[in-house]
Amino acid sequence: MIRSQVLICGGTGCTSSGSGALVEEFTSQIDAKGLTEEIKVVKTGCFGLCALGPVVIVYPDGTFYSKVKKEDVEEIVSEHLLKGRVVERLAYTDVGYEVDEEQLKNISLNDTTFYKAQKRVALRNCGVINPESIDEYIAMDGYAALGKVLTEMTPEDVIKVVKDSGLRGRGGGGFPTGMKWEFTSKNQADQKYVVCNADEGDPGAFMDRSVLEGDPHCIIEAMAICGYATGATEGYIYVRAEYPIAVARLKKAIADAREYGLLGKNIFDSGFDFDLHVRLGAGAFVCGEETALMTSIEGNRGEPRPRPPYPAVKGLFGKPTTENNVETFANIPQIIFKGAEFFNSMGTERSKGTKVFALGGKIKNTGLVEIPMGTTLRDIIEVIGGGVPNGKKFKAAQTGGPSGGCIPASLMDTEIDYDNLTAIGCMMGSGGLIVMDEDNCMVDIAKFFLNFTVDESCGKCSPCRIGTRRMLEMLDKITEGKATLEDLDELEKLAYYIKENSLCGLGQTAPNPVLATLRFFKDEYIAHVVDKKCPAGVCKALLSYKIDPDKCKGCTLCARKCPVGAISGSVKEPHVIDTSKCIKCGVCMDNCKFGAISKG
Amino acid sequence: MKSLAELAAIREKMQNKVNLREGSGEIRVVVGMATCGIAAGARPVLNAFVEGVNEAGLADKVTVTQTGCIGVCQFEPIVEIFEADKDKVTYAHMDPEKAKKVIEQHLKGGKPVAEYAITNV
Repeated sequence: MIRSQVLICGGTGCTSSGSGALVEEFTSQIDAKGLTEEIKVVKTGCFGLCALGPVVIVYPDGTFYSKVKKEDVEEIVSEHLLKGRVVERLAYTDVGYEVDEEQLKNISLNDTTFYKAQKRVALRNCGVINPESIDEYIAMDGYAALGKVLTEMTPEDVIKVVKDSGLRGRGGGGFPTGMKWEFTSKNQADQKYVVCNADEGDPGAFMDRSVLEGDPHCIIEAMAICGYATGATEGYIYVRAEYPIAVARLKKAIADAREYGLLGKNIFDSGFDFDLHVRLGAGAFVCGEETALMTSIEGNRGEPRPRPPYPAVKGLFGKPTTENNVETFANIPQIIFKGAEFFNSMGTERSKGTKVFALGGKIKNTGLVEIPMGTTLRDIIEVIGGGVPNGKKFKAAQTGGPSGGCIPASLMDTEIDYDNLTAIGCMMGSGGLIVMDEDNCMVDIAKFFLNFTVDESCGKCSPCRIGTRRMLEMLDKITEGKATLEDLDELEKLAYYIKENSLCGLGQTAPNPVLATLRFFKDEYIAHVVDKKCPAGVCKALLSYKIDPDKCKGCTLCARKCPVGAISGSVKEPHVIDTSKCIKCGVCMDNCKFGAISKG
Repeated sequence: MKSLAELAAIREKMQNKVNLREGSGEIRVVVGMATCGIAAGARPVLNAFVEGVNEAGLADKVTVTQTGCIGVCQFEPIVEIFEADKDKVTYAHMDPEKAKKVIEQHLKGGKPVAEYAITNV
C-alpha cells in the first residue's frame, strides 16, 4: 500500500537542471531502504517554480524541496521518508511570515507565497499527475467532460457553455472562443478541422510548452470536444520541433487515448469519430500566425494569407477550421465539467477565468504562474514573483513579447485583463512577462525585440519586410548617438504605417515595443538623441569608462585584466584608460577592488 | 472506450493512487517514526493505518503521515490524531491490531479509544 509519494518535476526547466538523475536516485535509494511497497516515485510536469529547480514534492505532507541535488536524495529518503523528519535545509518555506520550528514541519507548497495567490485551472494537473499515464489523468476526472459532451449534450449546448463561460483566446488576440466555434459549426462542409496552435514563439514564453509537457491529455480531450461542437472529425496539433519533451509526451498521450478508444471511431458509442495528428514546426515565428500555421501544415512555406476568408470559412486544406491556442484548449475540459459559472465567476467583467504567465527576466521566482484575471501587476511581480533581485528598482514589464509593449512602474497597479492592457497600449499576448530593472535600457529593449521581428518577418508583404528593417536602422542610429529629434518623429510615423498596412499579426504588432517605449520612456530616447547618453549604461557607443585618480591605488589589476591593453600606468600611480582602444567590455570595472572605475 | 461506466471504473481504480496529492484531509493521523518509534514497531502501525484508512473508504477525509520523535520514547509507537476544532488525541504503545480498532471506532465512529489514549478523551 502506497503511503507516500515523491513527485519529481520532469518539465524542461527541471530536466535541464538535472531532475532525470533524481528519479533514478530516489528509486534506488527507496529500494535500498526496502520502501518500494510504501513509496511511489512519480515524474510530473512543471510545478512552476523553475528558478528553484530541480523541484521535489513529498506527499501527503506537501513538503516542497527545492534545488535538490543527487547527493541530497539519500538524506531525504532516510530522514523524511523513513523517519518523517523534514530536511529543513532543502525545504522551501517562504510563506511571507516568520514560522517557528513546529510550523516548519507542516508547510505545504500550497502555503507558500508563490502558490497561495495562484488559481490553477489550465495548469491544474501540471506538477500533480504523471503526464505519461492516461490512468492518472482519468483519476483527476479526465475525459469526463468528453463523456458528458458525447452522451448528454448537443453541439449547440457545448457552444453555449463555452460562450457563457466568457473564455477568450489565450494566444494573445482575446477573441471569444465560443463565437469562434459557432462560426465553424454553422459552415457546412464535407470535412472540417480542429487545429491546436502550439507554435509558441515569443522569447521568454513557455506556458504552452509546460501544459503540453505536464498535461497532454487535456489538450486531446479539449480538441475532441471542439470537434464534436463544430462538426470536425480530424485535428492537428502544430508544435515546435524545439519542444522534444512535449512532442514525445503528446505522441504517447495520443497513442494511449487511441488504445482506450478515446480517439478514433465511435467514441463512447456515440457515433462520433475523431482523430489527431501532430505536425512539427521548424521554428519560424510567423507560423504562430493562424493562417501561416495552416499553410505550413499543408506542406507549404509558412506564409500568412489574407483574411477574409477567415479560417472558419476556408481554413486548413480549404475547409472550415477552428484554431485555438494550447492554453485556450486547456481550459475547456474544466469549463464543460464544472460548468460555465465555475469559470466566469473568476476574473473581471470582460475577461473571465485565469491567465498563465511565464515570469522571466529580473525577477526572483522565475517560472510559471496562473492567476485570476484582474490581479494587479504589482501582486504578480512583488508577491508571487518575489520582487526584483539584488535590491534593484523595478522599471517595466514587457507583456506579449515582440508583439506587445511594456508596462512602466507607474502603472503597476493596473489590473491585468485584455481590455486594460489594450487601453495602455500593451497587449496580453500569449503570456510571456519579462521584468526589467533600472539596469535595462528601454531603447535597447525595443531594439532587441525589433531585431527579432526583422529576422522572423516572412517577407511576403513589404511594410513588414522593409519597414521593420528601416525601423531597426533608426534604432541603431539612436543607440549610437547619431540620431536627431526628427528621426524620432520619423520612427513613430513609420511604426504606425507598418501597423496599418501589414498583412498579418506579425507585422501589425511588430512596432508595438517601439511605440510603447516611446510612450512611457520618451525621456530615455531623448537622452540618447540630445545628450548622447544612455541613462542605464547599456548602449556601448554612448559609454565611456573612467578611472578616478583619487581612488586608484595603482594596483595594476585592471591593466592586467584589460583584454585590449587599453589601460596604462605605473605601479602605485593612478592608471588611465585610452578611450580610443577601449572596447567597453567592463572587465576593469568588475575587477577593481577600490571602486575607482565608473562608466557614464 | 464504449461507456461512461468504463471510464468511471478506471477513475475508481486510480483514485487512491492520486488522492494523496490533493492536500490534507480533515483528519491527520501522525505516526512517530523516529529511531525510537521504528525500533518499537512503528512501521507496521503506519502501514496498518494507510491500508485500513483506504479500505474503510476514508482516504478523502483522513491523511496518514509521519513525524519525527515526539519526545516520550517510552510510549512508542505513538500515534497522534489531529482534527480541526478538537483536542489532539495521543495513542501510546500501538500495534496493527490496535490501529484497526482506532480506525473503526475513532476515525469512522468519531469516538476516541480511551483505553489506548494517554491524553484525556
